[in-house]
Amino acid sequence: MAADNTIKLHYDVPNDDFTRAGEASSDLKGKLKQMGISPDAIRKVSIALYEGEINMVIHANGGYIDAEISENGLKLVLCDTGPGINDIVQATQAGFSTALEQTRMLGFGAGMGLPNMLQNTDDMIIDSIVGVGTTITMFIKM
Amino acid sequence: MENFYHSIYLDKELCKGCLNCIKRCPTQAIRVRNGKAVINNKFCIDCGECIRICPHYAKLAKRDTLEILDKFEYTVALPAPSLYTQFNNIKDINLILNALLGLGFDDVFEVSAAAELVSEATIKYIAEHKEQWPIISSACPSIVRLVRVRFPNLIEHLLPIKAPIEIAAEIALKKVTEKTGLPRNKIGLIFITPCPAKVTYSKEPLGIEKSEIDGVLAIKDIYPLLLEALKDTVKEYEDSPMPELSESGKIGIGWSVSGGEANGIVSDNYLAADGISNVIKVLENLEDERFSGLNFIELNACAGGCVGGVLTVENPYIAQTKNKRLKKYLPVKVSSFNNRATTVYSEDVDFDWNKEIVYEPVFRIGNNVIEGINNLNSVEKIVESFPGLDCGSCGAPTCRALAEDIVRGEASDTACIYIFKEYFNFLTLQLSTLTHNMSDASDAGNSIANLEQSLTSFFNKDAAPPEKEEKEEKKEKK
Ligand SMILES: Nc1ncnc2c1ncn2[C@@H]1O[C@H](COP(=O)(O)OP(=O)(O)OP(=O)(O)O)[C@@H](O)[C@H]1O
Ligand code: SF4
Ligand code: SF4
Ligand SMILES: [Mg+2]
Repeated sequence: MAADNTIKLHYDVPNDDFTRAGEASSDLKGKLKQMGISPDAIRKVSIALYEGEINMVIHANGGYIDAEISENGLKLVLCDTGPGINDIVQATQAGFSTALEQTRMLGFGAGMGLPNMLQNTDDMIIDSIVGVGTTITMFIKM
Repeated sequence: MENFYHSIYLDKELCKGCLNCIKRCPTQAIRVRNGKAVINNKFCIDCGECIRICPHYAKLAKRDTLEILDKFEYTVALPAPSLYTQFNNIKDINLILNALLGLGFDDVFEVSAAAELVSEATIKYIAEHKEQWPIISSACPSIVRLVRVRFPNLIEHLLPIKAPIEIAAEIALKKVTEKTGLPRNKIGLIFITPCPAKVTYSKEPLGIEKSEIDGVLAIKDIYPLLLEALKDTVKEYEDSPMPELSESGKIGIGWSVSGGEANGIVSDNYLAADGISNVIKVLENLEDERFSGLNFIELNACAGGCVGGVLTVENPYIAQTKNKRLKKYLPVKVSSFNNRATTVYSEDVDFDWNKEIVYEPVFRIGNNVIEGINNLNSVEKIVESFPGLDCGSCGAPTCRALAEDIVRGEASDTACIYIFKEYFNFLTLQLSTLTHNMSDASDAGNSIANLEQSLTSFFNKDAAPPEKEEKEEKKEKK
């Protein structure tokens, strides 16, 4: 059970389901509005979380998201057991993508996801082990 | 908080509490309490969905009747272009406009003519405000109201230009004042509307201080009268040429169907969505900045565009076909800042919005963030205790909506028939224990005390006494 004045929310991100990718960010967004979080923080959360969620679907095999929200800010943990990221520095560069042609046809793969996530968070930690998975922790201040 | 006037209302007598509307409302504004629908006026955006769905015609829209013409010395009809698509075999818009005069109006000025000017102003605005891309159309009042309560980050993307109905009213006013010399209060500017949202707009517009529109008639109300007037008009001009009153072309007429407004801005980088649930999806995606490279977003709450308004008579898709036929022989546009009569009057009309739109966080469940977080925790906990069927029997559209109502202090968990059943079974069990123990005097005392306690806690659960609701529910089932 969450401590007082904090709320924890959990989302499963299903494997390979493009139509459902974005459900977590959209649900969280609605709840943040109900909580009275500032529109500016909501904008950042929805952009960063959506990008992270879609990466989990495209590049990994889905996973889960844990959100913890308090008056001071949000902590978002995105965890997957996908292939992992080989070179994190390279992956976060604008325009870098390993997306296949097929994915690009769907409009993804511009290599802007991770840069957008970095830009819309106050802090972001990428933990990744090739062959094991990736955990991205994002902080957004209020 | 201001501007929460609504044209949508409930006729309590007609409402059967059938629950059909609660799930259809896009903002979850409706609850059924004590057997009758109740609209939360902070949530409602006057989209008209509940009018569309109610099988008992209990949801209605306020509007004026033709008698309003008697209140003024000189009246001008401002027909929405969707009116033109309601008739069979009418190829000339002038016929409809002349028939409107036959209804008793002194003059007529087309909203579609003003729309062509708004299209021109929009083109200019888009080109000059790249930082605001994508710009979201603001002509549908329900969309503006929806953005205001639900999409705070998109308010700055709304096109800050007056809607065609307002520009039409302002131009008509200038024209008539010059022609008749009458004071403002003797001139009646009467809009002919396809939807309730524009009635709401005329009373409490967003983006501007006050609308010049003096009254609003519904297309479906004047339709039968207009059919008669059309016959008379045809007869009247059998041997003489009919006065040419129309001042609009393809662009202006096109505004009545989804995609028409975007068509008028001559751009390929636009998106047009219609139907309130589609619109909400687009707004959600826009908020996550999922579209890049678009400069204009046209949104219409009604499926098909304004021709799908609940105060029209024709099927919206047939209306779309008729719209195409009407446009066939028309020039691209007639009204423009550079030509004809409208120019003279539009010259000193101010097209820009003059009032800021402020985010109204009506969906908040606390007075501050801490309260919001704690209340949401309570909501989550209550939701877990519900069966998750979203059956609607409690009068709320979803289990979550009921949980939110409980946390807001507006409902009790016994409104849920499943929870109610559990309590009921529990009480029955205690009662049977009591009867069983009656033979043994010492245990009976204990059981009575237990039962009394359960009963007290059960009935205290409800802020509003549950008895009434129960009775209503039982009646419904018979
Ligand atoms: N969860 C993940 N698991 C494995 N690899 C990932 C993950 N997230 C990102 N990557 C790698 O990092 C690269 C860059 O990611 P980024 O989100 O910036 O771009 P993209 O997803 O390829 O394209 P875009 O996000 O613009 O559609 C990806 O192409 C992929 O190789
Ligand atoms: S649909 Fe709604 S307004 Fe109409 S009768 Fe049923 S509960 Fe009442
Ligand atoms: S008009 Fe629309 S928003 Fe208002 S109560 Fe009806 S369905 Fe809901
Ligand atoms: Mg990505």
